[in-house]
Amino acid sequence: MAGLSLDLIAVQLFAGLALGAIYVLFAIGLSLIFGMLTVVNFAHGAFFMVGAYVGLFVLMMGGNFWLALVVVPLAVGIIGLIVERFLVRPLYGRGIDYPLLLTFGLSYIMVELIRIAFGKTGYPFDTPELLQGAVDIGIGYFPLYRLFVLGAATVVLLVLWLFLEKTSFGLIIRAGARDPQIVRVLGVDASRVWLVVFGIGTGIAGLAGVLAAPLQGVIPEMGSTILAEAFVVTVVGGMGSIGGAVVAGLLVGIVVSMTSLFAPEMAKVSIFALMAIVLLVRPQGFFGRAGLMS
Amino acid sequence: MLSVSNLNAWYGASHVLQDIVLDVNKGEIVCLIGRNGAGKTTTLKSIIGLLDKIRGSIVFKNEELLGQPAHRRFSRGLAYVPEERRIVQGLTVRENLRLGLVASPLKAREAALIDEIAMIFPRLAERLDQEAVTMSGGEQQMLAIARAMIAKPDLIMLDEPSEGIMPVLVDEMFELFRNMKQQGTTILLVEQNVELALDIADRAYVLDQGAVVHHASAQALLADDEIKERYCSV
Repeated sequence: MAGLSLDLIAVQLFAGLALGAIYVLFAIGLSLIFGMLTVVNFAHGAFFMVGAYVGLFVLMMGGNFWLALVVVPLAVGIIGLIVERFLVRPLYGRGIDYPLLLTFGLSYIMVELIRIAFGKTGYPFDTPELLQGAVDIGIGYFPLYRLFVLGAATVVLLVLWLFLEKTSFGLIIRAGARDPQIVRVLGVDASRVWLVVFGIGTGIAGLAGVLAAPLQGVIPEMGSTILAEAFVVTVVGGMGSIGGAVVAGLLVGIVVSMTSLFAPEMAKVSIFALMAIVLLVRPQGFFGRAGLMS
Repeated sequence: MLSVSNLNAWYGASHVLQDIVLDVNKGEIVCLIGRNGAGKTTTLKSIIGLLDKIRGSIVFKNEELLGQPAHRRFSRGLAYVPEERRIVQGLTVRENLRLGLVASPLKAREAALIDEIAMIFPRLAERLDQEAVTMSGGEQQMLAIARAMIAKPDLIMLDEPSEGIMPVLVDEMFELFRNMKQQGTTILLVEQNVELALDIADRAYVLDQGAVVHHASAQALLADDEIKERYCSV
């Protein structure tokens, strides 16, 4: 193991955090939507992918990356609103499997539509000029763009936290996640809240997609890989828990990053091993409530 | 103010309410009494809109409620404190109170109304920033009532407010109901503690097996040992 200096490990740890930041953004919407709507959104990966393609489209139209960061969450969030209102809503109260099957099918449709519009092969996605290169972060040189991803995720989390903690609508969401019935009794139209939650969750997934694009490029299938990884994140963190999604997202990022340094052939399996261990010790995940699915 | 007629409700295939008829007039305290499983809680849940399979008519302030979604009732001035209290976990006392205002036109006066409620419930005033579920059962019940009262409803429905609460707090609570009535709030009360309830009520309906079997003034019922023995003894 010569050459594995402490600096290298530290930089790899940092890379894991940046990767984890993408997982966190993705999983937070997945978790929020599950916690409030009890919808397991199998189309979440497709929203992520569409986010990357909307970003690509903005660039193709002559816009820049910064414009894409604004347009993508709005556009993908609006698609999410339409999907909730017209496709998911009629299925509430029919059991967890109906919306699951719906979103599963929807993800195939979204991927196919993107293939038709943009072709089956992927596109590279340039790192914005301002964020190219590497900076010395004290422990070694680190790609500037990854640092930006980490920062952007922090800002999104902070805004989301302020929204949930400081606004009336956030209060309704927090209460509704625990007890939708009392929220209705106190006069809140729960269906309006669910609509907004679905829009926010998918919008953030789209943003995660465009943030991930410069790291991995853009292909129609990019959503399915992260969906599987994000399910690990939500299971480890606890279904429906936002704090859990943050901690587990970063943890999974670090595990992936570290195993690809020490045992690259194990990188794909490691997170599932992590999930199995967590499930054995704590079936509801770090912050989950037992029996949410029952 | 509230007029329920021919109310029928089902849980799955079982017909749990049969032609319930009851009226609550403005300014009254009306009490529903009867054994466990007589249909008291189901009646309140039907009125507030939490039951799916329901027929008949529920008119509140000259407006038919049946067929309208549950959340509409609260903004029309109909509040409900469920038996399980349903204090929201993870929220502070203040946040639970704010939750009582999120859908109210009075929301803009949130700070003033919380101060006002804190005057009425000094126990809550001391604990505004404490996590609500860490309080005692009695304090949680006070909070549930305060949360339903804060938006100044015209009619408040209370399901077993005294259940599992220290006697000294129960007295305090019933004193509060008297005061609420004086301030013009109408109350529909479901209560296991029959003597205590009849003591503050104007009228009472006796329920048995999902139907109204008797209706009288509270005074008359207090004196009627036979009815109390037949329908209310556990």
